[in-house]
Amino acid sequence: MSLTRAERTIIVSMWSKISTQTDAIGTETLERLFSCYPQAKTYFPHFDLHAGSAQLRAHGSKVVAAVGDAVKSIDNVASALSKLSELHAYVLRVDPVNFKFLSHCLLVTLASHFPADFTADAHAAWDKFLSIVSSVLTEKYR
Amino acid sequence: MLTAEEKSSVTALFGKVKVDEVGGEALGRLLVVYPWTQRFFEHFGDLSTADAVMGNPQVKAHGKKVLESFSEGLKHLDDLKGAFAKLSELHCDKLHVDPENFRLLGNVLVVVLARRFGGEFTPELQASFQKVVTGVANALAHRYH
Repeated sequence: MSLTRAERTIIVSMWSKISTQTDAIGTETLERLFSCYPQAKTYFPHFDLHAGSAQLRAHGSKVVAAVGDAVKSIDNVASALSKLSELHAYVLRVDPVNFKFLSHCLLVTLASHFPADFTADAHAAWDKFLSIVSSVLTEKYR
Repeated sequence: MLTAEEKSSVTALFGKVKVDEVGGEALGRLLVVYPWTQRFFEHFGDLSTADAVMGNPQVKAHGKKVLESFSEGLKHLDDLKGAFAKLSELHCDKLHVDPENFRLLGNVLVVVLARRFGGEFTPELQASFQKVVTGVANALAHRYH
């Protein structure tokens, strides 16, 4: 599965708007993840996950920044996320199902913040892109 | 499954939903984002581009039908399996729809609600809706054999 040129254009152009709100988007995405899929909290026993927590905010920023790295190297996501891919495979070992949950929560957050930009085509492009990111992050699992 | 408070917040939000528009948008997005789902709708005419799908009158009509049925289900949150028993048999025996499609549509519906309600569609409200769409999907799959 790879992105068409049109899909890449959509993602890069929406990213320029997203990048002005990475903190808010990151925090909200994680809040949605932990509200809707509480089992995801099992990976963060060491975190304060309450709304407004500094750790939640910091981690949300980190996650969105990584997505941004993938956007900036949209022609070679595997190389941009190679270190993260190793981290997830050998250290974090987050069950792959959680990437679907996180991706869905990011899509919901984007739809809620950018209702006009999040057209059906944009929805399709982002769903596909996040699916590619998830594949890259799990490709070294075994 | 849902607390009384969750049921009431879900019902309150859904009361503001324009069922015909949201149904059409949700079904349309399902067909665009997951194009393999078009396999059930080859008789719907032009589904060749996102614009064609979203503007297709049959998609809109069918989307409205689906969401009306979902709305009906919201009145029976304590017995979704009972409420959707007949539809479950229909989807298995006549329509031959893989229940995975119900899960996909449920998540697309959540995205559409987020798009239309913005900040009002809080993480907590989303969590309640996720339980509802999962419940409906399971109810629709319940009679499969």
